[in-house]
Amino acid sequence: MIDVHPFVIFIASIFTSNMIFSNFLGMCSFIAVSKEIPTAMGLGVAVTMVLSFTTVLNYIVYWNILVPFGLEYLMYIVFILVIAAFVQLLEMVMERYLSTLYYALGIFLPLITVNCAILGVSLFMVARQYDFLQTFMFSVGSGIGWALAITAMAGIRSKLSENSIPEGLRGAPTTLIITGIMALAFIGFSGMVQIQ
Amino acid sequence: MSTILTTTLIISAITSILAAILTAADRTVGNYGEVKLTINNEKTYNVEGGTTLLSTLRNEKVFIPSACGGKGSCGYCKVEVTEGGGPVLATELPLLTKEELVKNMRLSCQCKLKQDIKIEIPEELFNVKEYASTVVKMEKVTPTIKYLRFDLGEEEINFRPGQYVQLKAPAYEGNDEEVYRAYSVASSVNDKHAIELLIGYTGGIATTYVHQHLNVGDNVHINGPYGDFYYHEDDNGPIILAGAGTGMAPILSILKYMSDNGINRETIFFFGAKTMSDLFMLDQLKYFEEKLPGFKFIATLSREESLDWNGDRGRVPDSIIKHVENGESCSAYLCGSPAMIDSIIKALEEKKVPLHKIYYDKF
Repeated sequence: MIDVHPFVIFIASIFTSNMIFSNFLGMCSFIAVSKEIPTAMGLGVAVTMVLSFTTVLNYIVYWNILVPFGLEYLMYIVFILVIAAFVQLLEMVMERYLSTLYYALGIFLPLITVNCAILGVSLFMVARQYDFLQTFMFSVGSGIGWALAITAMAGIRSKLSENSIPEGLRGAPTTLIITGIMALAFIGFSGMVQIQ
Repeated sequence: MSTILTTTLIISAITSILAAILTAADRTVGNYGEVKLTINNEKTYNVEGGTTLLSTLRNEKVFIPSACGGKGSCGYCKVEVTEGGGPVLATELPLLTKEELVKNMRLSCQCKLKQDIKIEIPEELFNVKEYASTVVKMEKVTPTIKYLRFDLGEEEINFRPGQYVQLKAPAYEGNDEEVYRAYSVASSVNDKHAIELLIGYTGGIATTYVHQHLNVGDNVHINGPYGDFYYHEDDNGPIILAGAGTGMAPILSILKYMSDNGINRETIFFFGAKTMSDLFMLDQLKYFEEKLPGFKFIATLSREESLDWNGDRGRVPDSIIKHVENGESCSAYLCGSPAMIDSIIKALEEKKVPLHKIYYDKF
């Protein structure tokens, strides 16, 4: 296990190792759902929640089932299974007991299953050999980082929506260009902490 | 060998545990018990909660029109939910107008039953039934349009001339989903044990099924009738009928109704097509011209190059402008594509046909 304080991992995963700006993971929903701030924030909250729970679950499954039986190579399949099942379960529970939040998130909740940032965090956790607390802080931090990135992008895009942009650049192209510029800006944080 | 076995066992175990958790959750968290469904404040049903309003109503033999099969994309299955519908979902919003939101309209394929619920639906939907029919006749009337006759057996269908039914296209080779598509009835309302449809080939799921997989003798599920496009007994003024392609179907039904009941209003049927080979049912139309002295059929061809054609050339709106007189006293029945109907309405407005007497079916 590497020796980095969990809090450092937490801060680093928000800023210097941001899922979107340094790893470019979870781009599809990032581009599709970053038009308005409220929906972007809703998706950010949902991603953070799912990310925190599934990464911890995947940690338990990986170290307690896959490693003892020598089945590490199956982690991709198993992680995806766990994520899909968890999202389904969370959807059922929220529909019943937290219906306001459920309706606010709407279609985004099932979409999270295929968000690659979720699988990415579980794979990083294995690649970097984090312990339990580090994994937990890393997953929460990555979630917050992702939420921050999509909310910031939604802010910029809602401002841009009133400007006249050449037709070929509207939508995804501008979003990708802005993402690149924002990623450059986030490099500014890199002197702070470094985990990868 | 043992590696393969353990791997298989571990994966199966993980999958089974996840499946067990989800099943348990579905039984407990996802179980909404029995809920009470009240329709129009008179009929009450005790139904299983947790499923959508559309499928629950279908189980109770109340058919709400739906063309996309519950995917929330066609917007036909709107019903008024007065109590217990919960908040409007994000999947419904794009298909509901502001007025509909105020009136508590919901897409019944998205709205789930979680508590006692009260809904309002038009009375005539109770008349909608499902029919197990048999194809008894299938005839190609133009290179792309088929005329089909379905026998309903002992069952009887009561519809108004101009209304439509939905035909269920089952899964077939190359298509694994079941869809319902709407087609206007071309037969007479007095022909109660059968219906006839005109189905054009567009390459879609249902038309491919009808044109490439369906044969005489096959069984087809049909439900209906639906729709607010039908013949109105408003006054005895002249009638303008207009359509193109399969849009002739509801107009044929209206004409059959008029000839069966001896309604001899001054009537012109404007039919748009590309070439002479796209004209069909000419014998039938000739029969109406003999039976109804006030009836006239005018075909307008847009791409006919042959000099044999003596009729109108161009578009239907041009023919309307040329032939219609006394537009103020006319009623009009139009069936065709949205673009065609919009251009015809413009021509009718120019002829001063009152807007409230223009009835149309856009498809």
